[in-house]
This record gives sequence, C-alpha cells and structure tokens, in this order.
Amino acid sequence: MSDHELRVSKIRDGTVIDHVEGGQALNVLAILGIDGSEGLGVSVGMNVPSDRLGRKDIVKVEDRELSQSEVDVLSLIAPEATINIVRDFEVVEKNRVTRPDGVTGVLSCPNRNCITNAGEPVETRFDVVADGVRCDYCATILRSDIADHIDV
Amino acid sequence: MRQDHLITATQLSRDDIEAVLDRARAVADDPAAYADRHAGRVLALCFFEPSTRTRMSFDSAAKRLGMNTIDMGDVDSSSVSKGESLSDTVRVIEGYADALVLRHPSEGAATLAGERVDVPVVNAGDGAGQHPSQTLLDLHTIREDHGLDDLTIGVMGDLKYGRTVHSLAAALTEFDANQHFISPESLRLPRSVRFDLHETGAQIREHDDLEPILDELDVLYVTRIQKERFPDENEYHRVAGEYQIDAETLADAPDDLTVMHPLPRVDEIAPDVDETDHARYFEQAHNGIPVRMALLDTLLENANPDGDEGTEVGR
Ligand SMILES: [Zn+2]
Repeated sequence: MSDHELRVSKIRDGTVIDHVEGGQALNVLAILGIDGSEGLGVSVGMNVPSDRLGRKDIVKVEDRELSQSEVDVLSLIAPEATINIVRDFEVVEKNRVTRPDGVTGVLSCPNRNCITNAGEPVETRFDVVADGVRCDYCATILRSDIADHIDV
Repeated sequence: MRQDHLITATQLSRDDIEAVLDRARAVADDPAAYADRHAGRVLALCFFEPSTRTRMSFDSAAKRLGMNTIDMGDVDSSSVSKGESLSDTVRVIEGYADALVLRHPSEGAATLAGERVDVPVVNAGDGAGQHPSQTLLDLHTIREDHGLDDLTIGVMGDLKYGRTVHSLAAALTEFDANQHFISPESLRLPRSVRFDLHETGAQIREHDDLEPILDELDVLYVTRIQKERFPDENEYHRVAGEYQIDAETLADAPDDLTVMHPLPRVDEIAPDVDETDHARYFEQAHNGIPVRMALLDTLLENANPDGDEGTEVGR
C-alpha cells in the first residue's frame, strides 16, 4: 500500500470522495468551495489507477461533511463518485451519488443575456436533462462545460 | 386552458391552444358579446424594450374587453433607468393592475416575473426567447386557412434569434406538423429549441434554400434577418439577399400557399407579394386582436374563478 493510499484511509472525521472521473478533483473542490484557506485538511489524489474508471481522482476533506446540494452538483461532474463519510476513523456511510431532478443556486447560467445574470435578486435553477442541465429561466442547455459555471 | 400565466409556447398543450383559438373565433364572430366582459379591470403594459405594434395590439384587445390599460412608458423615463430590479418593478405594478403584459430584453424575464406576482403575466417577448401570444395569433391564421392537422410549414430567415420562430416551432409539435427550417448556416435554430423539438419526436428538416421544398409547403413563414447579427454589412447584404422573396419566387408555389410574417418587414417580402393570393401577413397582424382578447379573457377567468364575467365561452 502506498503512502498516499494509507493517508486516505487514515482520515479521522470528514469525507472521502472516491471514483471521481480523472481530472475533475479540482472541480470537486471548487464545488465544495474549498481552496485551502479554510484550514481544513485536504488531500487530493489525481489519476490514480482504478479498476472501474481506468484512472480516477480521490478527494479527502477532513472535518467536513457534504450537504445535499453539494452532492447534487457533484453528481453532474462526477456521476460515478462514491461518498464516504468518516467518523472516528470508521466509514459510517458510503453512498453513490444520484442525479438530482434539479440544482438550485449553485450554477451560473452561461447565457449572458439570461435574466439570472441581470442583477436580479434570484437564485439560478437548472433542470437536469438527458445529458446536461438546463436553465429554468432562459432554457439554455449546459453540457460538458458544467464545471466552468459553478458559482462559488 | 388552466394556466396562470402565458410564458412560453412549450407550456401549451394542444387542448390549451385549441381552447384559446376557439374562443378567438367566437370573439371575432361576435365582438360585441365581449365588449364589457372585463369592465373595471386594468391591464398593465410593461415594455422594457421598444415595441409599438405588440403594445398597441394588447392595448386595443384589452379595451375591446372593457378594460383600462396603464403603460409604464418608455424605459428611459421610468424608474428602471434608476436601477430598480424587474422583480421590484413587477411587484409594484401588480398592485395597480389585474394582469401584466411584459416585454423585456433578457431571456427568462417573464418566467421571473411570473414567479414574483399573483396576477396573470403574459410574455410579449423575452430577448431571443419566446413570444407565445404571437404564436397563438400565427396558429389562428394558419388554422383559418389550412387547419392545423397534416400541415407542412417552411420557416425562413433568422431562426437563431427569432423568438416568434422558437415559440411557433414548439407549439406546432403539438400538431405533428412537418417543419422545414430555411436559413443561413449561422442563423440556424438554437440548441435549446432543437432539444425541445427532438424531445417531442418532431419532424424537422433544415435547408439552405427555399426553392427545393417550396412546392411541398402549405405555409411559408418569413422572418427578418437583422443587420446587427452580422459582423460586417457586406456579409449581411449578401446573406439576407438570399432569403428574400418576391412574386416571381412564388410563381411555382402551390396555389393555396399562405405567406406569413410577424411584421415589421423590411425587404424580405417584396411589396409585389402583397397583391398575390398568398399574402396573409396583414390579416395575421389583425388576428392579434381577437386572439389576445381570447387570451386575456381566459387568463383573467382563470385568475378570478368566482368573477362575474358571465358564462364560459369556447370551453
Ligand atoms: Zn439562463
């Protein structure tokens, strides 16, 4: 077992997000609004060999559990992810993400002419559609570029 | 139609559309029966973008239902120019009126307004989004000529930014129309509209030229290609020139072809077409009155179920 994998298993309290598509780890941190300045212990494994994905990323955040809306958006960029909640060194919960029906207040609309980008007091709302998300206001569809529009 | 607002054409079922169009027909047949139907009620005309004909059409329709209208005037002279949000503006105006008609330059503005107020909101155009009351009058015009079943329609011009096109295309999926879209490559239907059309399994085909499909069409719906859409003027003239029609273009068209246009036109339909039996764009504009009367009547009836408007019509 490498040092890195050992470290991942040694978290006391927090969340391990595993089976993230290779290259998406930093976007996962962006969704969680974590840039290191919070003082949380964060470890990132990138392009780790994986049976299921070929290459995967792993994100481990100490002393932090995810909210449902964070998990919802996470599912859009990392549909295969598993979320392990760790308390006192034990994995107390292990969940696969599921695609939500919609996401509210987390993404910004890429359409600059959308009313949600016009300085209105309004939260963005996106419906989850077949291969992306769709703005409830202007109907613009966001596909592979979702991670570029996370509003954190 | 059991709707609180009219925001997009995609919200309308075939039954919704037919109910409004049946009522529009009843209004056109006997306008006097509707003259006092909403006396004492007020319609607010909120146009955040210049428009004369749509505003006048709603104004006239409301007055023919016995309503009064209030108008926030030009955006330059209203509090909007002082930076008030749309959310606040409509909340204030809601207290002045029984229904709101909204035109706004941002896509989704009417959706937002509909979430903020309890009175009916009619989207009279939101940016490059939707313009569903135009669609209802377009459908009324088509129905009077051809009916809405087994229809083959060609829509030509600016399909990317043309909100009338987006609304019409969505509504026509309710009638399984064969839809042809004729435009330059750069002005094809946007992804979101295409998505909706594909979701419904609609038959759509895209073309560069009108000529090969002209003889299949029942309706040719022409829209304006705007100069602003092109980086340089020469390019605009070259492209726009290919999507103009005149009487000669229509020489080989089916006798019963209906030519429509949401107006105003510039030079995409030559004046000599006006004299042909195909031209229907002025009737189309006139149809805005009974259709908007029927629409306002329906929405106000839904909003005031215990009202005293008398018996239901067309339902
Ligand atoms: Zn939007």
